[in-house]
Amino acid sequence: MADNSAQNRAEHWRKTRNLTFVIMALWVLFGIIIPYNADALNSMSILGFPMGYWFCVQGSLIAFVLMIWFQNWRQDAIDDEHGVND
Amino acid sequence: MALLERMGASPETIGIGFLLFTIGIYALIGWLSRTAEVDAYYVAGREVPAVYNGMATAADWMSGASFVALAGGVYFGGYPYLGFIVGWTGGYVLVNSLLAPYLRKFGCYTVPDFIGTRYGGNLARLCAVVVLVVASFTYVTAQINATGTIAARTLHIPFEVGVYLGLLGIFICSMLGGMRGVTWTQVAQYIVLIIAYLLPLIWMSNKLGYGIIPHFSYGEGVQRIAELEAQYGLAPAAENIGGVRVLTTPANAPAGAGWGMVTLAIAMMTGTASLPHILMRYFTTPSVRAARKSVAWSLFFILMLYLSAPALATLTKVNLLDPNLATSVIGKTVEEVTNIEWVKRWSEVGMLAVADQSGDGIIQLNEFFMRPDIVVLATPEIAGLPYVISGLVAAGGLAAAMSTADGLLLAIANALSHDLYYSIIDPKADTRKRLIVARVLLIFIGLAAAFIASLKLTGILGAVAWAFCFANSGLFFPLVLGVWWKRANAAGAVAGMVVGFGVGTWYLWSVFAGGMEPWMGIDHLRFGIIGMPASLIAMVVVSLLTPAPSQEIQDMVDEVRIPSGNTILGSGH
Repeated sequence: MADNSAQNRAEHWRKTRNLTFVIMALWVLFGIIIPYNADALNSMSILGFPMGYWFCVQGSLIAFVLMIWFQNWRQDAIDDEHGVND
Repeated sequence: MALLERMGASPETIGIGFLLFTIGIYALIGWLSRTAEVDAYYVAGREVPAVYNGMATAADWMSGASFVALAGGVYFGGYPYLGFIVGWTGGYVLVNSLLAPYLRKFGCYTVPDFIGTRYGGNLARLCAVVVLVVASFTYVTAQINATGTIAARTLHIPFEVGVYLGLLGIFICSMLGGMRGVTWTQVAQYIVLIIAYLLPLIWMSNKLGYGIIPHFSYGEGVQRIAELEAQYGLAPAAENIGGVRVLTTPANAPAGAGWGMVTLAIAMMTGTASLPHILMRYFTTPSVRAARKSVAWSLFFILMLYLSAPALATLTKVNLLDPNLATSVIGKTVEEVTNIEWVKRWSEVGMLAVADQSGDGIIQLNEFFMRPDIVVLATPEIAGLPYVISGLVAAGGLAAAMSTADGLLLAIANALSHDLYYSIIDPKADTRKRLIVARVLLIFIGLAAAFIASLKLTGILGAVAWAFCFANSGLFFPLVLGVWWKRANAAGAVAGMVVGFGVGTWYLWSVFAGGMEPWMGIDHLRFGIIGMPASLIAMVVVSLLTPAPSQEIQDMVDEVRIPSGNTILGSGH
């Protein structure tokens, strides 16, 4: 069902872009906001670690991998839906 | 090897055995992958499965800096240095979201290939080549430096000889097979380096009672260190000793350091997404979908090491500091400490020093000096593991440095042969000639890099941070906007590269050599934070002041945004 119409492509790109924006927002959260506020988070504890430290050495890293898996899963679905998978 | 140790082989023999055995394997793979085809040489025939490409990227990515220097940086630098950990992993989110699938669809051989075709014109291509060469060359000298250091220490040869010996190994991997050879040697190198990193860590963890997998349980160690730091006090040394330093930064005290940490992380993340030797790994997958999948695998394999580096730094610190452990040095008498075997060995080469500067006969925390780069290499000895493990760690460090040097040298040589020679100077050259030029360039660049490395101008971690900043200052926005902003045109891209790279380099020079006070604490390690905004502004302003790109180019961008259909650039272009 390769629908090559301009409308189909525009719709596909709109969804791709929105998904990317969501991922970028999460990236800002885990890559910048949480590490920046590590001091405040350190007053809490997680798995025996001070929480701010834990996010910088484990939590954010694991979040990055999960974000990429999630994005690829959704992007594959979007590509399939619009018949533009390769 | 363990068997050899029991049979009474000397530690030196075991170390040499490890090194030669692994290099022999890489050379064999390089020989088996030899090729005379353009597609195979530049992009491994675009048939590397996602999982293996993930492993190869992880080895390509994790350099001497990650393997040798990162844990030491965290050990001495504390919270601000965690910016390297967050930055060198979070960058893959940018690679996956903004670039890798689109560049794969484009079908380019090199990063300047994308810039040159997307924006049109040789000037844009040339600017991209210049940025690529400067960034990658800075990076590769650090790797060859690391290769030389390890070879010199293990084989007991002069550093300068070690450098050229390391280079020889790198050539064997990359010369004959190009990208195909490098891909499969990198897969082997990943396996060697990850075993070499995890085995001593897990061993040490079990000795200390943190369980089989220390990653979930070393939180206690973090808290124990905080107690010990408070007990000993973190005072600067009474008298500094050149090349080595005492611990002064607390392991976990982020108050007021957030800005420094986050700027470092941002510079490293955007640098990840602009470094050509990483981006070009995603040109080798069979499809766009596989390119995305392999980014996920890359980060997964990278995390194996990055989750471990802070654990290693923590456990090594506990080993050295905790007076309840037999391995500790702090609080013992001078005589006891100077008689420890590994203290002797590393002191001899000037990478460690103990000096009872207070004259009380006891080694205090600020009287134990160490070079940060040796934390990983010395850990097996500090923790009292058998010497065979040290040989393994040396082989792992060599694998990490060699694999990255391979990828970088190939990125430089390919950009010069494909983008400068073939696309600009002699577009009629036939396949044979193109591949000969590529290989000759590889040798010359390698020799030049080895020569610079033998001069020992920079430390490992510093040179690597510079490479990231050169790359993101010059290339990040021209690459990203090339996909995400149709209105971006050639004039804008050239302005973005020239201004970003120029401003970044000027800032680096002013802060590092010119004695300028850094703006808002942005030092020479993160000068990309200054270069990137300059690049963005120049690119947007100039693009808007000049005519929009042609309909043809705008259609090309539309085509790049969907995975299906043919690549923009055909095979063998």
